[in-house]
Amino acid sequence: MAYITMREAISQALREEMYRDERVFIMGEEVGVWGGTYAVTRGFLDEFGEKRVRDTPIAEGVIVGAAIGAAIAGLRPVAELMTINFAFLAMDQIVNHAAKLHYMFNGQIRCPMVIRTVGGGGRQLAATHSQSPDVVFAHFPGLKVVAPGTPADAKGLLKSAIRDEDPVFFIEHATLYQLRGEVPDDEEYLVPIGVSDVKREGKDVTIVSYSKMLQTSLQAAEQLSKEGIEAEVIDLRTLRPLDVLPVVQSVQKTNRLVVVEEGWRSYGVGAEIAARVMERAFDYLDAPVRRVAQIEVPLPYNRRLEQMALPQVEDVVRAVYDVLYRK
Amino acid sequence: MPDELSREELLEMYRQMVLIRRLEEKSAELYTAGLIGGFLHLYIGEEAIAVGACKALRPDDHLLTAYRDHGWAIARGLDPKRVMAELLGKATGVSGGKGGSMHLASAEHNYWGGHAIVGGHLPLATGIGLAIRYREEDKAVLCVFGEGSTNIGYFHESLNLAAVWKLPVVFLVENNQYGMGTEVSRASARSDIFEKGCSYDVASAPVDGQDVLAIYRAMRQALDYARQHGPYLMEAKTYRYSGHSMGDPERYRSKAEIERWRAHDPIDRLANVLISHAWADKPALEKIHQDVEQEMEEIVRFAQESPEPDDAALYEHVYVNPIPER
Repeated sequence: MAYITMREAISQALREEMYRDERVFIMGEEVGVWGGTYAVTRGFLDEFGEKRVRDTPIAEGVIVGAAIGAAIAGLRPVAELMTINFAFLAMDQIVNHAAKLHYMFNGQIRCPMVIRTVGGGGRQLAATHSQSPDVVFAHFPGLKVVAPGTPADAKGLLKSAIRDEDPVFFIEHATLYQLRGEVPDDEEYLVPIGVSDVKREGKDVTIVSYSKMLQTSLQAAEQLSKEGIEAEVIDLRTLRPLDVLPVVQSVQKTNRLVVVEEGWRSYGVGAEIAARVMERAFDYLDAPVRRVAQIEVPLPYNRRLEQMALPQVEDVVRAVYDVLYRK
Repeated sequence: MPDELSREELLEMYRQMVLIRRLEEKSAELYTAGLIGGFLHLYIGEEAIAVGACKALRPDDHLLTAYRDHGWAIARGLDPKRVMAELLGKATGVSGGKGGSMHLASAEHNYWGGHAIVGGHLPLATGIGLAIRYREEDKAVLCVFGEGSTNIGYFHESLNLAAVWKLPVVFLVENNQYGMGTEVSRASARSDIFEKGCSYDVASAPVDGQDVLAIYRAMRQALDYARQHGPYLMEAKTYRYSGHSMGDPERYRSKAEIERWRAHDPIDRLANVLISHAWADKPALEKIHQDVEQEMEEIVRFAQESPEPDDAALYEHVYVNPIPER
């Protein structure tokens, strides 16, 4: 175990997998000479050389498309998109190609690749650089969508993603890179894709979340604990395939559910979780499910306005009060 | 014999072109009869390009094409029976009945599809070229698309990256003069598409797309160039006799224009070469047509008698490693 940042954990996962498998390589904007715009691949160019750490032009379509092609031909590309907002420029490759080729050609084509990208708001980058459109990508069968909320999960999930035979869309949160936590040194430390995780046990209310909002939810749970409310916090970790069983089991115990996501409420993670819990644990619910999500506006630059739009610890606490019918 | 092609090889190329044309004509019939669904884009008039280019490809080279792909599949050596079965959506189809006309593929032939998002496969071809260089293999990729794709971002992103990384990709434009119903001069600032290679320092040249031997010759050189140096852009000037797809009202062109191109029919032209050099006589060519006719009957029978995919196929191949949702 080592107490390291999320950035170091992700970097470690990449480095270990590149040493393990000669087919693994990195391509993307500023991954080489610059060392990664979030400094995840700093030093990689010297360590692995230009063949395996490839700076690309600013051309998201061909970054993702060429990664798909390399994967078809048997390599294990890790393509980096500088932010999730730029993934929209590669949307056709992600949705119409990576997610479809295996099925459409009846299993003849495989795309074992990872698209690493950075999502989330809160850094005063304004409307086009601050989005959390994670559910957009989770909509499509054929993709696996992963969004870790702790350094240990980031490492274990990224290693699993690189070893996976399917295309994995891996979303890191821009404000979590400095988050520290205990991370196993073991090179075979893997976290399975598609398994939710109970991050905090509690009996009074279930809070479901992931990525940055996991941390927000855990802080809310600490605050609630001081008032005698014990929240169970579940980290989805993977948005597709969605592992809802731990949520159902938790709701059967707590009878109350709050879902917290950074993206917009409409058609969001909260809507999906609420629907699935209705289908499987309707009789256990003692209060309507509450969703905590971003206000439905493009994010503004101004810091105060931006923070108003993003879900805060107090919003989670208030939602918990609501499902407990507390004033 | 031109270019070390034997008489047998030339006759085989002739046979392939005839087979492709007959398969397309038959497909149109079956489409009209309601046995083929979706879209159907016919290759009639363009047969020389697929046959000439595939003759120049090595078995371990890679091929990607757009959605006008039946001719390419056959020229690449896929079983025509399984191509027709795919058009009919059968389990025996090359894509198991899940891809249809626009999405033929065969991993064993390094034919990575039939792609129907215009320009979408150019980045894929670029990536396969990257894998070839990565592993230091002596291979090339042939990426085929229509002139309409050269106005889309992918064309420019792919040519640029392939040039920066010197990837062994031949980008082959089938310039059949129309992107659906829009004439090339109304959609592209340059009508001579090969000139667009200059922007990215990509070697390029035009070729007569109705001359199978010219295509073969040019493609061999282009593939050799790509293996040694990097990307190559080839523009085959050609023409499709049929509409863009079945049901095209063809308001955008005249019958006279089609007839002008038919006067340079690629199959007739190869027949003339064969006869003028006394490599074949008319009865010999007639025999080829008759044999193809017989083969077509078998092809259609196989496709029609093949089973539908079973219900389980609906759920297969979404993922290589499916993870059950709990």
